[in-house]
Amino acid sequence: MSSETDGAPTGPKRAASSDTDSTEPPLADRVETLHSRLDELEADLAAATDDGSTRMTIVATKGTLDMAYPPLILASTAAAFGWEVTVFHTFWGLEILHEERSADLQLSSVGNPNTPLPNALAALPGMDRLTTTMMRRSIDDVGTPTIDELVDTCLEMGADLQACQMTADMMDYDEGAFYDGVTTGVGAASALSEMAEADIQLLV
Amino acid sequence: MGVTMTDYEITETLDAKGLSCPMPVVKTKQTIDTLAAGETVEVLATDAGSMSDLAGWADTTDGVELLNQTDEGDIYRHVVRKTA
Repeated sequence: MSSETDGAPTGPKRAASSDTDSTEPPLADRVETLHSRLDELEADLAAATDDGSTRMTIVATKGTLDMAYPPLILASTAAAFGWEVTVFHTFWGLEILHEERSADLQLSSVGNPNTPLPNALAALPGMDRLTTTMMRRSIDDVGTPTIDELVDTCLEMGADLQACQMTADMMDYDEGAFYDGVTTGVGAASALSEMAEADIQLLV
Repeated sequence: MGVTMTDYEITETLDAKGLSCPMPVVKTKQTIDTLAAGETVEVLATDAGSMSDLAGWADTTDGVELLNQTDEGDIYRHVVRKTA
């Protein structure tokens, strides 16, 4: 520090109020520098927080008829919002993307107290078939789209429906078994990197 | 604020009667995509949920404006303008 104090108080007080210290530019210049730096940072922040589009990721892990609907309904609706949507289908969630198997998804009556069957009866052969038929009838009655209609709608609207490679291999599902337009060859790392960029991340 | 009465002409009518969630919203979006800025679509639906769904969609989605919503007995009528 400078030793030319010529009797003036020294220490922090003087340093804080000094705008004539020869080692620093004038206060006005420093304020101007700060202002332009602030403008730069505000512009950076605006660019970082507004990338123009909301992004959503869903991980779909279930393959029963009732659980196939939520990811597809949310994905198609989000696409209608103009959002960028990725649905990562893994384990039984792959059934939704399997063109043939998706037409025959079942509702489980066992362990589902909301079906009209007592659990003791629900375990009998053919009962899943019965409750599934009842649910399909209700779906049809209220005009809810079928699973294949929703998959097609999602793909048409630009949602990225992805089939996890590891579980597809595990279940011996060939790439050709999935709907046209389904993304294959993806895994946990690619899913995570999309989630990191997403505004909304859901697990179904 | 979402629902305002203004002068407008209907460019296109979308018949979404008999469809339920999410199709009234999805089909409205698909119809909007075929319109030019300033044009409007009238959506006719029987899904009671379409009242809040269309309002929520229009509120969140850029480039669309909900002009009017009416409950005409069994039919819910929505008018949406493409703004950009």
